[in-house]
Amino acid sequence: MWGRFVTQRTLQLIPVLIGVSFVVFFTMHLTPGDPIEHMLGQAGRITQAQIDELRAHYGLDRPLVVQYGLFLRHAVRGDFGLSYSHQGRSVSAVVAERIPATLELTLFAFLIAIVLAIAAGVVSSLRPQGAFDRTATVGALLGISMPGFWLGIVLIIVFGLRLQWLPISGRIDLALAPQPVTGLNTVDALLAGNGAAFLSALKHLVLPGAAMAAPMAAMVMRMVRSSMIGVLEQDYVQFARAKGLPETSVVGKHALRNALIPTVNIVALQTGLLLSGNMIIETVFQYPGLGKLAVDAIAAADYPLVQAVVLIYAVSYVLLNLGADALHAVLDPRVRAA
Amino acid sequence: MAQPVTGDQVLEPVAATTPGMVRLLLSNRVAVVAGLAVLGFAAIGLLAPVLAAYDPSAQHPEAIRAAPFWHPEGSTRFLLGTDSLGRDLLSRIIYGARISIFLGVVVVLLTLVVGTGLGMLAGYFRGWFDAVMSRVVDTLLAFPFLIFALAIMAATGPNLVALVLALAFKGWVDFYRVARGDVLAAREADYVTAARGLGASAPHILFSEILPNIIPPIIVLATLRMATIIIAEASLSFLGIGVPPSIPAWGTMVADGRADVASAWWIATFPGLGILLLVLCVNLFGEGLRDALDPRMRK
Repeated sequence: MWGRFVTQRTLQLIPVLIGVSFVVFFTMHLTPGDPIEHMLGQAGRITQAQIDELRAHYGLDRPLVVQYGLFLRHAVRGDFGLSYSHQGRSVSAVVAERIPATLELTLFAFLIAIVLAIAAGVVSSLRPQGAFDRTATVGALLGISMPGFWLGIVLIIVFGLRLQWLPISGRIDLALAPQPVTGLNTVDALLAGNGAAFLSALKHLVLPGAAMAAPMAAMVMRMVRSSMIGVLEQDYVQFARAKGLPETSVVGKHALRNALIPTVNIVALQTGLLLSGNMIIETVFQYPGLGKLAVDAIAAADYPLVQAVVLIYAVSYVLLNLGADALHAVLDPRVRAA
Repeated sequence: MAQPVTGDQVLEPVAATTPGMVRLLLSNRVAVVAGLAVLGFAAIGLLAPVLAAYDPSAQHPEAIRAAPFWHPEGSTRFLLGTDSLGRDLLSRIIYGARISIFLGVVVVLLTLVVGTGLGMLAGYFRGWFDAVMSRVVDTLLAFPFLIFALAIMAATGPNLVALVLALAFKGWVDFYRVARGDVLAAREADYVTAARGLGASAPHILFSEILPNIIPPIIVLATLRMATIIIAEASLSFLGIGVPPSIPAWGTMVADGRADVASAWWIATFPGLGILLLVLCVNLFGEGLRDALDPRMRK
């Protein structure tokens, strides 16, 4: 039953992914100029034979539909051509070296958002309209209404420049950088047993991570709060209380588990939005990840690179949604039946 | 960027009367103040040429990065100070309200008309049209909105028409879903059956009978969508691919101030505060509206 549900959802992805690649391909065709001329602009002197060879490789002499087919075939193999702005290196190589940085920042932001949201949501739901609930609700409203790039700048001004507590750009103190194993600086530092490097990497994550997490924490907190309030009113929770179970067990075990089911969907949706916020936050904090790569590529009119990064973000978003649907089905049997 | 509400959340059946809704909305003091503040922002934008002390692009080379008036080095000549080209910040912020509200309204109206129209047709006639639209909508729902807006703007460069289309690209889907669901429910309702029995035409039933009943949730959605659109536009402008640089926009102004955060924090801070206040008021008003329309709140 569950297997069939997931298979079905996975099959539904195919038209979505085709749609995504179609939009990416054609928006980039709106751009002026011939990609090969751009690529060669970097490479210097080159023969006509080489130009023709490249043109044939990327199918630029063929009809647009065929070009789209070729683009798909190359993209599936991870071949997005040569970057215009990175001395003619392959797009996939440039992208690959940025992935760990973005992964680390996104996971960090995700963790703070979830921990904060669940904690604040649960505490708020215990005393609706109490002092904590009112404060948290106002905080959540601000989190939803604040543009991420501006929050990032305010954090830089306050915690980076005024108080000088935290670094405002980069990933780690370069003198401390650990030997790359996973590419995630915090993990690599721990593997090397280097406490100072771990601390430095962690400090560099705090401000961008907080700015990225804010809207997601706000949305998820509101969801946890309202579904907890709903669940706490239900008979089985009252019954658990009447049985004389300690309040921590009633809230933590009986109520929270059910309250989290509707939260899974909003977490998935918000994680997708976290990815969008990522581009902006990395730009604000000069954080060397995929998002900043994309924004720099836009400024340099490096279309193959923009295309590749946008496709990576879009596919991750689609897969995250699939993952959330699957998880939702595990947690809530009614979803499977529907 | 935050997407405050999904279609399903506002899909509550609207059984209440209009005067009841209005009374409930008016009794929500926060929502009323927020709504008035949004109108205030709109008025500031409209009256910008009268209100602004300076031309927003006029440079004052003698007063570059001037501090706001309460600062020891500030003066009342430039109340909120000036930017790195010596342009008056307050005047630029006043003009910036214009483009934010203009784009918010245009994009929301465009997505509202397209989405509601298609949704009503799909919900009323069902059949192949509904089937095809459902596929399209499922696909669009899987699109990360801001990333595609970014891809489109990266390809076309900053210009207003492309910006409106990029921001509207996916937004109509929410209106489509609400309208389709409500029409689907309404077409079986007694008043529609009665109208059909009396020989009313499909356009008459759709526009005169059903439309007035599905308007309230559409209005709530429109308000909350406007908040999302304003933040998305500011984000694209911040990245330099939104509003063309010749038009003063809050997102662009924050980006302009980024290089000076250490010496002149106000350049990036005040325009962002404008975005925060406007979006906050729009959200508060939209949530007040939603509560007034939600029958469960009516106790």
